Amino acid sequence: MSENAAPDADQTSGSEGSPLSDEQFLQELRQQMHRFATLQLGDSQLAEDAVQEALIGALKNVRTFAGRAALKTWVFAILKNKIADVLRQRQRFVDADQLLHADREGHDLDELFDRRGHWLKDERPAHWEDTEAAIHDKHFWRVFDACLNHLPVRQAQVFMMREFIELESHEICAAAEITVSNLNVTLHRARLRLRECLENNWFVREA
Amino acid sequence: MRNCRETTRLLSESQERELTLSERTSLKFHLAMCSACRNFGKQLGTLRQIARSYAHGAADRAEGGGKRDK
Repeated sequence: MSENAAPDADQTSGSEGSPLSDEQFLQELRQQMHRFATLQLGDSQLAEDAVQEALIGALKNVRTFAGRAALKTWVFAILKNKIADVLRQRQRFVDADQLLHADREGHDLDELFDRRGHWLKDERPAHWEDTEAAIHDKHFWRVFDACLNHLPVRQAQVFMMREFIELESHEICAAAEITVSNLNVTLHRARLRLRECLENNWFVREA
Repeated sequence: MRNCRETTRLLSESQERELTLSERTSLKFHLAMCSACRNFGKQLGTLRQIARSYAHGAADRAEGGGKRDK
């Protein structure tokens, strides 16, 4: 149903030759897709299945990809749709563990705001310099990965459904079996934590 | 008057839905006086941009010294 949502791969000019004939590139791509899918689905085997299907789907529609970036954009768009489909099908999945987690996460905000709801002095968000440059820096992505892995599982999953797979609120609520207000609370916390982690470890580092 | 906790909650929700007029008004009021929440608001946009770049493979195109890819 969502097969057609893949955007046209942009035809960037490149002198890399066909990326499909580069085994090392394909290997890395596969690993990256697997990591992405595993975080989403919480299950390595399901993730592997989704990656397989996405790759087969991509290869079936082989076009002339002018570069690796174009191929990657295309393959990830397909993978995102596969993951979204799995998540939508998994509506009746309740995990007691996650309910326990949700409970414990209730104390999160006390570490950031005082009793009147104002930022604690050391927690006030600062101005971020050079956000555009970070995206092109591989060291930044290591920090980003680490910050994402630091989020409680539930928060990371919901955040990724929203911001990576770009599901709408009602789709996430159905897939994760949560209410809209629960979703909003979870996203709020995930964003607070993630921004704090990125700020402390990248954007506003002590020199 | 909203506090920072509620303001960040509204800012976060504005990423998922359109806020009501009264929500937007109270938000504007708070943000005019609170640079921390203003920064938070900007960072939400940055987070979204970062997450989407990541999903589109930016991490693997990135170079060590911040060199542009395209």
